[in-house]
Amino acid sequence: MTNAPPSSVKLPAVVGLALAVGALIALSWWMGQQAYHWLPVQASTAAPLVDGLFSFETALGTFVFGGVSAVMLWVIVMHRADKYDESDAVPIEGNTKLEVIWTVIPLVIVMGIAVYAMRVGETLGSVGPMEHIHLAQPAEDQGGYPGDRLPAEQIEVVARQWSWEFRYPGAKVSSTELHLAVDQPVTFRLVSEDVIHGFYIPAFRLKQDVIPGRAINFNLTPTREGRYRLRDSQFSGTWFAANQADVVVESLDTYQQWLKQSASQPLQAGISDAVQQYEDRKKLKSPGWATVVPAPPPQVNVPGSNTLPHDA
Amino acid sequence: MSIQNPLGHFVNGQGLWLTAVALSGVSSIMGAVNFVTTILRMRAPGMGFFRMPIFCWTALAAQSLQLIGLPALTGGAVMLLMDLTFGTSFYEPEGGGDPVLYQHFFWFYSHPAVYVIILPVFGIFSELFPVYSRKPLFGYVYVAVASFLIVGLGLVVWVHHIFPSGVAQWMRNFFMFSTMLIAVPTGVKVFAWLGTIWRGKLRLTTPMLFCLGGLFNFVFAGVTGIMLATVPVDIHVSNTYFVVGHFHYVIYGAAVMGIFAAIYHWFPKFTGRMPYEGLGKVHFLLTFVGANLNFLPMHPLGLMGMPRRVSSYDPEFAFWNVLASLGAFLLGVSIIPYLLNMLSSWVRGEKAPANPWNAIGLEWLLPSPPAEDNFGENVPTVIARPYGYGTGLPLVENQQSYEQALQEA
Repeated sequence: MTNAPPSSVKLPAVVGLALAVGALIALSWWMGQQAYHWLPVQASTAAPLVDGLFSFETALGTFVFGGVSAVMLWVIVMHRADKYDESDAVPIEGNTKLEVIWTVIPLVIVMGIAVYAMRVGETLGSVGPMEHIHLAQPAEDQGGYPGDRLPAEQIEVVARQWSWEFRYPGAKVSSTELHLAVDQPVTFRLVSEDVIHGFYIPAFRLKQDVIPGRAINFNLTPTREGRYRLRDSQFSGTWFAANQADVVVESLDTYQQWLKQSASQPLQAGISDAVQQYEDRKKLKSPGWATVVPAPPPQVNVPGSNTLPHDA
Repeated sequence: MSIQNPLGHFVNGQGLWLTAVALSGVSSIMGAVNFVTTILRMRAPGMGFFRMPIFCWTALAAQSLQLIGLPALTGGAVMLLMDLTFGTSFYEPEGGGDPVLYQHFFWFYSHPAVYVIILPVFGIFSELFPVYSRKPLFGYVYVAVASFLIVGLGLVVWVHHIFPSGVAQWMRNFFMFSTMLIAVPTGVKVFAWLGTIWRGKLRLTTPMLFCLGGLFNFVFAGVTGIMLATVPVDIHVSNTYFVVGHFHYVIYGAAVMGIFAAIYHWFPKFTGRMPYEGLGKVHFLLTFVGANLNFLPMHPLGLMGMPRRVSSYDPEFAFWNVLASLGAFLLGVSIIPYLLNMLSSWVRGEKAPANPWNAIGLEWLLPSPPAEDNFGENVPTVIARPYGYGTGLPLVENQQSYEQALQEA
């Protein structure tokens, strides 16, 4: 060939490196696509945005991790000392140009990710402000959260040790199963009666701690009908793991019908697995250490269920 | 932690625990004063800062973090003890306190605490890769300075642990950017280690295997760390098993493996006996496979939404949990060859020469184990940087006289 590269750059090495980088890029892209399958179903407007960001980070992470691992593997295979070779290697002490390169490139990459993530955060915020915090009113500190002072469309979420109670002040309904209308933006008012709890619905990709002494407004829009889990995500004591509830997303018609029917139901004990487990434990021969006593099951119109199969 | 006291006794478990935290906080602050003073004041003659081994740099960095961070945790623990025992209301909303304040005190120290653990392990990697690659540490000055960039940044990232808590949007964004920046000095170190082993003459001894495995796990933890730093992803996976998986890759995958590397590397110096290579390699293999089998499944669990700190879980999480448990058993088993190796080597291992790995460093100019007052009156003067592998240059003045003394001994 007339335009062969100078002998210092070996053509097979360049081609080999290019092939390896190409393969790594392909692998990274594939992992980015796989990442969507590691997450629960997407059931809110936030979910596709969060998943897109996670997929992007998975692809980028695969490239970095794969690249470093490949270099390590290459060195382990190719640059091992021969048996009985006691000699030292060529003493390369460093290279300022390389140091600049591997400082600037990661800096640009992580700042790029952060800007992307901040934009996603803003979009989540425009879907509905992620949070609005104000101090609880003195009247609320007395222990009651009078529903008539809430905007009718808000749903009040009361977290306790250890049960979840959902109040629909407009419809005068309370429940231990959260019902939402699909594609309808909803605002929650999150309050805790004791310690910090976490309001976490994995299918929605959203989470907000519920802080005693504060009322936190929290917005989201469900996008897929189904039955999902709400889990307490902030350790709250002995029966923390049992502090779960079901979230039912249904069509607007079904939802409004549910509200209407529920309003006529008499108040009854809601779901509290913690109370059940506490009673079971008391019957044991040696019930163990004293624990915080679970709050009695909230009196609600609809207990609902938390044993039916759920989508996520 | 909480201020609930179900026993109702004045002396109770939480109170004892908080007293212990406060006491160990005070003792660790004193320990940090000791380390920092020793490194600043008691270096060998000629050992300027840029002739110091990286392990000393990272120990200095880690202990500086202790000095700055621990007072916040210690004070926070004392305040919680007061709330619990004497009815103050630092954190009690009814009395005008705020429980989120405790989270700030806790994480202001407890994020840097991870760097307190991992920085000396970075030091171990920086010491050992040159020995077993027979090359100088790549970019010594950059690696040294990066430790202190990590200290500075490590102090302003704590809110990333409480993104879903009661914190404002601007804080989420600020702490996301500061957390991302930490990747840069950390990356400088990782690339420096790759540069060190590149074109080296690798010896895959037990300590080297633990270093390579630790580096592999650490890079994986770095990738998931970037994911956790981005607010929208963190909102989903915070307080789930994803976080548990991430920090076990840091703490077990990187830090514990680095510490094992250090134990095997300095065992002959400590005890005067050589550890067995065969058992060491079995230990490495079981640890590496066990750690990955234990901690990798935690990531899918977290992504699926399994909260951490639970005593039971929904059936859909069983598959990955069973895999993780198998890995945990394997990790338990991995300790057997390790203990066997340490005990039997110490009792009846081959006698160790002064410098079995042909390493450069002051400790390797002493017999194994060193005498009580190591160099006594005859303290060497350091004349070079610590990793002169392949240069043929001496580390200290009259190095031959020290080597000769060792041979005669």
